[in-house]
Amino acid sequence: MSPSLTLDWTPVCALDRLDPDRGVAALVDGVQVAVFRAGGELYAVDNLDPVGGVYVMSRGIVGSRAGTPTLASPLHKQVYDLRTGRCLDLPGVALRRHEARCRDGLVEVRLRQEE
Amino acid sequence: MSGGRLVVVGNGMVGQRFVEALRARDHDRRWQVTVLAEERRPAYDRVRLSAFFDGVSAEELTLHTPDDGVELRLGEPALGVDRDRRVVRTAAGEHPYDALVLATGSYAFVPPVDGTDLPGVFVYRTLDDLAAIRAHAAGRRAGAVIGGGLLGLEAANALRLLGLATSVVEFAPRLMPVQLDEAGGAMLRRYVEELGVTPYLGVATSALRAGPDGTVGALELSDGRTVDADLVVVAAGIRPRDELARAAGLPLGPRGGVLVDTTCRSADERIWAVGECAAVDGTCHGLVAPGYATAEVVADRLLGGAATFPGADTATKLKLLGVDVASFGDPHGTTPGCLDVTFTDPATRSYAKLVLSDDAKTLLGGVLVGDSSAYPTLRASVGGPLPGPPLALLAPAGAGTGAGALPSAAQVCSCNAVTREQIDAAIAGGAVDVPAVKACTRAGTSCGSCVPMLKQLLDAAGVRQSTALCEHFDAGRQELFDLVRVRGIRTFSQLIAEHGRGRGCDICKPVVASILASLGTGHVLDGEQASLQDTNDHFLANLQRDGSYSVVPRIPGGEITPEKLIVIGEVARDFRLYTKITGGQRIDLFGARIEQLPQIWRRLVDAGFESGHAYGKALRTVKSCVGETWCRYGVQDSVGLAVALELRYRGLRAPHKLKSAVSGCARECAEARGKDFGIIATETGWNLYVGGNGGFRPRHADLFATDLSTAALVTLIDRFLMYYIRTADRLQRTAAWIEAMDGGLDHLRAVLLDDSLGLCAELDAAMARHVASYSDEWRDVLEDPERLRRFTSFVNAPDVPDPSITFAVERGQPVPARGAPPAAGADRRRQPVALGLPEVRR
Ligand code: SRM
Ligand SMILES: Cc1cc2nc3c(=O)[nH]c(=O)nc-3n(C[C@H](O)[C@H](O)[C@H](O)COP(=O)(O)OP(=O)(O)OC[C@H]3O[C@@H](n4cnc5c(N)ncnc54)[C@H](O)[C@@H]3O)c2cc1C
Ligand code: SF4
Ligand code: FES
Repeated sequence: MSPSLTLDWTPVCALDRLDPDRGVAALVDGVQVAVFRAGGELYAVDNLDPVGGVYVMSRGIVGSRAGTPTLASPLHKQVYDLRTGRCLDLPGVALRRHEARCRDGLVEVRLRQEE
Repeated sequence: MSGGRLVVVGNGMVGQRFVEALRARDHDRRWQVTVLAEERRPAYDRVRLSAFFDGVSAEELTLHTPDDGVELRLGEPALGVDRDRRVVRTAAGEHPYDALVLATGSYAFVPPVDGTDLPGVFVYRTLDDLAAIRAHAAGRRAGAVIGGGLLGLEAANALRLLGLATSVVEFAPRLMPVQLDEAGGAMLRRYVEELGVTPYLGVATSALRAGPDGTVGALELSDGRTVDADLVVVAAGIRPRDELARAAGLPLGPRGGVLVDTTCRSADERIWAVGECAAVDGTCHGLVAPGYATAEVVADRLLGGAATFPGADTATKLKLLGVDVASFGDPHGTTPGCLDVTFTDPATRSYAKLVLSDDAKTLLGGVLVGDSSAYPTLRASVGGPLPGPPLALLAPAGAGTGAGALPSAAQVCSCNAVTREQIDAAIAGGAVDVPAVKACTRAGTSCGSCVPMLKQLLDAAGVRQSTALCEHFDAGRQELFDLVRVRGIRTFSQLIAEHGRGRGCDICKPVVASILASLGTGHVLDGEQASLQDTNDHFLANLQRDGSYSVVPRIPGGEITPEKLIVIGEVARDFRLYTKITGGQRIDLFGARIEQLPQIWRRLVDAGFESGHAYGKALRTVKSCVGETWCRYGVQDSVGLAVALELRYRGLRAPHKLKSAVSGCARECAEARGKDFGIIATETGWNLYVGGNGGFRPRHADLFATDLSTAALVTLIDRFLMYYIRTADRLQRTAAWIEAMDGGLDHLRAVLLDDSLGLCAELDAAMARHVASYSDEWRDVLEDPERLRRFTSFVNAPDVPDPSITFAVERGQPVPARGAPPAAGADRRRQPVALGLPEVRR
């Protein structure tokens, strides 16, 4: 784990700024995070497309596959499970996940710490 | 000896599989099992180790399934074996055994080079290694990998993902020397360079040097060059961990490893070895599949069975971010008298080689780079007759790789040893799709490379593939269009609630967005519609490979005043945009960040420009030739008509993009016959051609009607476009639509000219509505703060530009900055282009 990351929750925007099923990108402790509101849940994942290597995931289409909430990369359309970050099309590929919550009408994000 | 105390040393992938295999069969609990593990975490999926860098956690990689009959002692390595007393010694004490299984794997070989002990130098074997690499990479810029094999390339990719400018140093003259031949290696090299990784081939690392902070700073190469690197991964090969066996006086293989016979038993009848530490008949195997085979053999033997090691499948398939590389059988053609068939396709940038027996009848091995769609079929056919003519097998896009031609005994899934016969039986037993076949046979559940073949076998068995748009709608696009139109549905939510299921996806959402837009339901960014759009439609610009966007103002008919040209030049200069004349007679400005798009368009709209819809499935351009006004051969005003048509149909959303052109005479300088609808002037009017296409599969347009007046021409095109929008499939250009139409062109003439379906009035009215309701999408955005607020890179830092978008300069213009230094790029351009012809050599 790189030492520069903190464990604090960072407010990123008002909840009603987040349209259902349409992401926004936010800067959290210097990391680009993509934040979504889908099916009543909040999700935060890395904005970095792990396949394309560019920061575009916030601009992908949100949907579902067999009941799992999903996000498709806008670049080359690989689909990821929003809950686990795992790529449903390519084995061994995954999006890094972060934590998101709503407090007092504000969406807050916290970078996820790997052990 | 078929019961008692069993000690297993090592809890890696194979050690774990061995314990599971034994437990699954040892119903009477004859063996009491103790596992001694050096690592502090239970067995995990080392093959997928790199997924750790993609955010997959250590728990998710865990393979271990707790079993109360097994004592797992983590962090307690075996220190010695006393064969006389039959005990294994650890720091905590002694563990007596009746049988001992060594499953200690391998260690990473570090060549004896100065500086490999510097901080910042790592190997790539365990989760702890990867965690240490990640910690060290933070804030650093350049990384290097020593070793350009499978593992080295995987490590290089990981460094690249950690944001380091990455180099790979390989002693052999090509990448993946074990698996690939020269031409395959050259193709792989081009891909690797495009990912921004710089290869140094045919050189050795002579020393590692420390930087100013005392950690590693650079590599010195044997040819005198220096490579900057503040993080180095050594991936120069593996060596079996045979130290316990060596100290206990057991014989070793010629290149190390615990020497065992094909029953996996060592010279001591109570000691067995499995996985990478075992030298089976003298040979160590560095892949997991042969390791699993040894685990099965020993589990069987310990319960009184007679299994023997079946020989190893050394086939490998690697996916390095989109680059497929596969090698199988005897890829280097070492069998006496064998023949090579090679195939290079510069268009799809794929390389393939098949090694055949001297009579060209039996497949011995092969190499695939770029397109490995034929891998499953070919791998299953090694040692048997070719499933088709070599060229057909290798032709890209899997054409002719028909799994249907495989013999029933051929192994389709090598990971799980499933044959075609078993899969056919599952299909006959009612498996109707890939998930069902997987569930019945376990085929396709491990590495997944045989899944395309499972689909082919379903096809070959005549199982019908569904025509549903996607899992959310059973209907296709045409039915959805009618539902929306006839029932007056205005939102995706309503449509999916009443006629679909789930929450939609990247297939159905843009289709429905396009249908709603074709039916004129307001601005594409209004309300819920915004969330349905692909990123291009969402930002009204085209996404580029670096995450920036391009801007294409409409230049109807390709005609433009000097003043407007100057404005485009000024905007491009002021925003530092790469500027290019497109193939569509207009100008594309590249490299804009999201928050710059409204500023750019403010200037363009003020100068009288409109959206060119380069981003939409919509009308693109109506190209023109200069026509009668200037050209001495022209017979009609082709520019005037092109401008009028482009203005009439601008903004029209369709199942796919629409292109047109108008030529002023039969010399056809506007290439109208390559367009969805093309017009060529005659002495007395216009000829209309439909269904042309350039692109992937070129097709000349068919002559549809001749010598039309301008008014009759426009009516006919109105109907043609509206009928296409109503009835075509998702992403079906007009060429494919007409080819797939029952009755073809005659049917189309009957509908549009003779009104055989009584639709014409409706089609005319629909186009009239479109023309009357058109307004420029970009002007609408600029006038509406609600729509404008979407155009920021970061919701919580609207003034911060996206720092990941950076530029280099090429031929005086900005272009996306890539990881590779210019030298590598220049090198790549000098690569000779191979011809796509087969070449047979002895
Ligand atoms: C810019 C341009 C190349 C250039 O520098 O000249 C271009 C650029 C792209 N083309 Fe094209 N095409 C361009 C002219 C063409 C032409 C030539 C023409 O229009 O006269 C063709 C062949 C004619 C045809 O379409 O039948 C062409 C056939 C394609 C195809 C293949 C379509 C097919 O039916 O097979 C695609 C892929 C697709 O649309 O699915 C494509 C897709 C693309 C995309 C949208 C790829 C993408 O998704 O990023 C590129 C967008 C770049 C951008 O940001 O603007 N482009 N493309 C040309 C823009 C013309 C314009 O002003 O609008
Ligand atoms: C990054 C990476 C990618 C790979 N990709 C592929 C791939 O795509 N396909 C493929 O087939 N293979 C791949 N491999 C190889 C594959 O992981 C190995 O073949 C497999 O893990 C071998 O299993 P094993 O149990 O023999 O050894 P290991 O998994 O290495 O396990 C050995 C264990 O024994 C422990 N040990 C050693 N000595 C002692 C001792 N004295 N006491 C107690 N414990 C001890 C070690 O700490 C280790 O945990 C890859 C390997 C790596 C590192
Ligand atoms: S041909 Fe068209 S789609 Fe292909 S790279 Fe060139 S511009 Fe892009
Ligand atoms: S070949 Fe690996 S899952 Fe079938």
